[in-house]
Amino acid sequence: MSIEMPNRNRPLAASIQDKDVILQANNLKVHFHLDEGRLKSVDGVDLIIRKGKTLGIVGESGCGKSVTSQALLRIVPKPGQVEGEILLKRNGGEETAEVVDLVKLEADGKEIRDVRGGEIAMIFQEPMKAFSPIHTIGDQIMEAILLHRTKDKKEAREIGLETLASVGMSNPKQRLDEYPHQLSGGMRQRAMIAMALASHPKILIADEPTTALDVTVQAQVLTLINELKEKLNTSVVFITHDLGVIAEMSDEVAVMYLGKVVEYTDVDTLFYGPRHPYTKALLNSIPSVTNRNTRLESIEGTVPYPMNLPEGCGFYSRCPKAQSGVCNAADIPLIKVRDNHYVRCLFAEDQNTGGEGQ
Amino acid sequence: MNTAVPTKAVKKRWFRLGRVPQAVETDEAYEVASQWKLMWWKFKKHKIAMAAGVVLVLFYMSALFCEFLSPHLPLDRYTSYKNAPPQTLHFYDKESGFSLRPFVYDMKMKVNEQTFLRTFQPDTSKKYYIHFFVKGPEYRMWGLFKTDIHLFGTKDMRAPLFLAGTDDLGRDLLSRMIYGGRISLSFGVLGIVLTLILGLLLGGLSGYLGGVTDTIVQRSIDLLICIPTIPLWMALSAALPRDWSALEIYFGMVIIFSIIGWTGLARVVRGKILSLREEDFTMAARLAGASDLRIIRKHLLPSFASYTIVTVTLSIPATILGETALSFLGIGLAPPVVSWGVLLQDSQNLETLAHHPWLLWPAALIIVTVLMFNFLGDGLRDAADPYK
Amino acid sequence: MSVREADLGRGHDAVQGDVILNVQSLKKYFPIKKGFLQKTVGYVKAVDDVSFYIREGETFGLVGESGCGKTTLGRCVLRAIEPTEGSTVFKDREGRVSDLNELDNKELRKLRRDIQLIFQDPYSSLNPRMTVQNIVAEPLICNGIAHGDELRSRVRQLIEMVGLNSRHMDRYPHAFSGGQRQRIGIARALATNPRFVVCDEAVSALDVSVQAQILNLLQDLQRQLSLSYLFISHDLGVIQHISDRVGVMYVGRMVETARTEDLFRRPRHPYTEALLSAKPVPDPRRKSERIVLQGEVANPAKPPSGCYFHPRCPYAQEICKLQKPEWRKVGEDHFVACHLADELTLQGAIGS
Repeated sequence: MSIEMPNRNRPLAASIQDKDVILQANNLKVHFHLDEGRLKSVDGVDLIIRKGKTLGIVGESGCGKSVTSQALLRIVPKPGQVEGEILLKRNGGEETAEVVDLVKLEADGKEIRDVRGGEIAMIFQEPMKAFSPIHTIGDQIMEAILLHRTKDKKEAREIGLETLASVGMSNPKQRLDEYPHQLSGGMRQRAMIAMALASHPKILIADEPTTALDVTVQAQVLTLINELKEKLNTSVVFITHDLGVIAEMSDEVAVMYLGKVVEYTDVDTLFYGPRHPYTKALLNSIPSVTNRNTRLESIEGTVPYPMNLPEGCGFYSRCPKAQSGVCNAADIPLIKVRDNHYVRCLFAEDQNTGGEGQ
Repeated sequence: MNTAVPTKAVKKRWFRLGRVPQAVETDEAYEVASQWKLMWWKFKKHKIAMAAGVVLVLFYMSALFCEFLSPHLPLDRYTSYKNAPPQTLHFYDKESGFSLRPFVYDMKMKVNEQTFLRTFQPDTSKKYYIHFFVKGPEYRMWGLFKTDIHLFGTKDMRAPLFLAGTDDLGRDLLSRMIYGGRISLSFGVLGIVLTLILGLLLGGLSGYLGGVTDTIVQRSIDLLICIPTIPLWMALSAALPRDWSALEIYFGMVIIFSIIGWTGLARVVRGKILSLREEDFTMAARLAGASDLRIIRKHLLPSFASYTIVTVTLSIPATILGETALSFLGIGLAPPVVSWGVLLQDSQNLETLAHHPWLLWPAALIIVTVLMFNFLGDGLRDAADPYK
Repeated sequence: MSVREADLGRGHDAVQGDVILNVQSLKKYFPIKKGFLQKTVGYVKAVDDVSFYIREGETFGLVGESGCGKTTLGRCVLRAIEPTEGSTVFKDREGRVSDLNELDNKELRKLRRDIQLIFQDPYSSLNPRMTVQNIVAEPLICNGIAHGDELRSRVRQLIEMVGLNSRHMDRYPHAFSGGQRQRIGIARALATNPRFVVCDEAVSALDVSVQAQILNLLQDLQRQLSLSYLFISHDLGVIQHISDRVGVMYVGRMVETARTEDLFRRPRHPYTEALLSAKPVPDPRRKSERIVLQGEVANPAKPPSGCYFHPRCPYAQEICKLQKPEWRKVGEDHFVACHLADELTLQGAIGS
């Protein structure tokens, strides 16, 4: 066997010690303890966020991708409990920087609040959720700036104006004094990005930021996020269910299924050499030019509910290659199949068939 | 019962998470559970509402069987025990030691020589044991047949047994409260029945027909709710003929309350119909060729039935309070009819309150009833839409 | 009745093949009311002079961004809402041709059997208080098609046809996942054996893998039952996959209709081009040079003058501001509303 048996606690080769890594999540778990049992929304996720790169997290609804992003900011709704390690290089990821474990911080403490908005900022699917309807856009952007960058109100306003202009907001001076409901959908999204970027975060988490937008406006916002990433050298965590957007935005991709990362690799490998049956099926189920007039490959059945799950591979019940006694015997580890390519499947090595585009 | 309730709690998880469960082959109960069953499961989780429900059932049962439950008749006067304080039940006595059967002591009246106030002292020399199913004053059960069996009492019919004290005519307050419950509690329910009919009809028409009907109904509602209720009640009750019998007055007041009270319910019904009419499933039924009547019967009515129940539950206490308020002011039901409001008339002045505080007991009953209805309504409201 | 067979092809310069539905100059204006007296101060032109036709057994895809009026158009075609103006000529199962907009309620109810709708939201479109059996049976009961044992066996047949387990007929919708609910909705729509089905964003609320299941199902059913679809979606990938011909809408107007191949290979309207280019392609090696349109979709209550697209159009000229472009034929089955359609060579999504 050529498979390198992974270290169960840290399956990924890269680590926070590497120069270009600014955040590493190890065995991240978010469990909700409910009356009915334990809901494992996120169940052992490992992630690496590199400086200036975009990590795409893709998966279907209920796979835990949003909860993962909430866990990174420690804003998981109650009664969720975060376990594992989230190692963040503070103070800009210099080599001498101090490494903090966000899981160990108090959920409402000063330090985590400092990280939120300061080091890590987030944009949401629904901008109206991020804005308070009773304050102007300007007030809300300035609040972030006053907290993290300057104490001077005049200067904060200047910075706010600059940020709004930098996200391509037309007429920023006027917008600063407008209320969120006065803006159109695309403009609100821009305003939210401006608010997130106002404090110069090192990491920008974008949770389905374009799902509610029209295609033409989505194109604007995606272009904007990419431009800003280049300009500010920000790392981006991009969460979406749309593989098209993933192809467009990401450098590396984590495919999630049922609270676990099932495949983790660079974007080109994901689309041209996927190894996990779920990834393959997902890619083949997208309607596109190549499979026109043919039947789409769909995944039978539905995603199981992440509560009281049996041992073994989460995809077992729907996988065409599943083998009883093998796949459902024990939990499957994330296995390294190549440099920078990890798959949570026992048969990953045997399958070399490509997915989309081959 | 147990078979109907999903044994694996997993099945109910989505109530909290708003998630769709994926099909599990077992636990059919959940999959085939109708709206009412789902509501019941959800309601059962609301412990306070459950308790309130039990209390209310007890209250209404006691109203139903008030003749049997009360030891005395509400109008019987015990002239030697005017304004007697509540007696305490005893189980232990120096002479006879502990006895499982409770007893009360006789009371002796004494007049305070300075204040001329009458006070009662327990007379420990005389004990009256309390028995179940004893013969007492004769009554007609539900006006149907004569009997003299009471749930509890003393063997001696003239012996004092005033667990809640007496009023200034020497009438047993406990019996009067139990009888008063019948009037007050039934008033709430009867009032709401008429309100319900008016509200459903007018609100439903307003919502379903729209246009001019809607405008007329809505403007009448606006008009009705901007008149202050208490003066309106007063004016209307004052308009009831003085020579009406107690029963006529009672129904007259029910009508008055319904005429004023339907507005809230009509608004709820109209709003619900308007939103349901826009629901996709109503449109689907229309496209399937369903007639208006079928849509109302199969889709609209079952959908807002639960909301109607909630609104009704929450407005019963208002009616009860209204009746109490009017009777308290002396323009609603009047003695010799016994209702909680009428009973409270006795405690209108400060002097009574200072010397005979037990006359306030009916107020406690009213408070408890209203609270229980509100708790129940709360629980029902949470359960009303099990599909959220 | 004044409608004849020939009306099915009217206005489209001799259409080839069997047309089942011909929509001519359909309009739906919603009045904007203001003030105490509810005076009409203007109109939202949700559907503004739209014409297209659908052949038997064909899927006509309707694509556009939110607020472009595609859903309203779908509902007008069904006469679920009353159109303001225009005609919808339809050929029913007996070969009779009638204009839906001229029918009275009674006649319309008879025709309902032939025209059905599949909804977007699998949650709100099923009455949660009815069992699957009752939901699917409703059209059969209302149209007097079946009752008693026959009803139950027909429902069972429908349930199995859409790939559900007929043992679950007595379950309530809350026991099913989104995809399964959508199947129930499809079973209900097909209960009366319709000839023409409007799919209003029928897969938009579903996850990709489930979406694929439903798309496959819809295609299988189309073949089995020779259905015609009006398939409304905002997702170009889905439209491209399922449609034979595509119509593109912008702010209440149809800007282009063409065969899917033609439209994706060589669009003739700048908006179509921008739409195609804006769609993210699931292929990292094809990060194309995209045309990013400025601004956002125009407000249908206050649309710009002339061509509604001119403020965002990279090719706009003076004439576009002044004149509403004609709806004209530029090729076989290819219609476009653009002044510059003949001058421009636009970039498609497939090759070039």
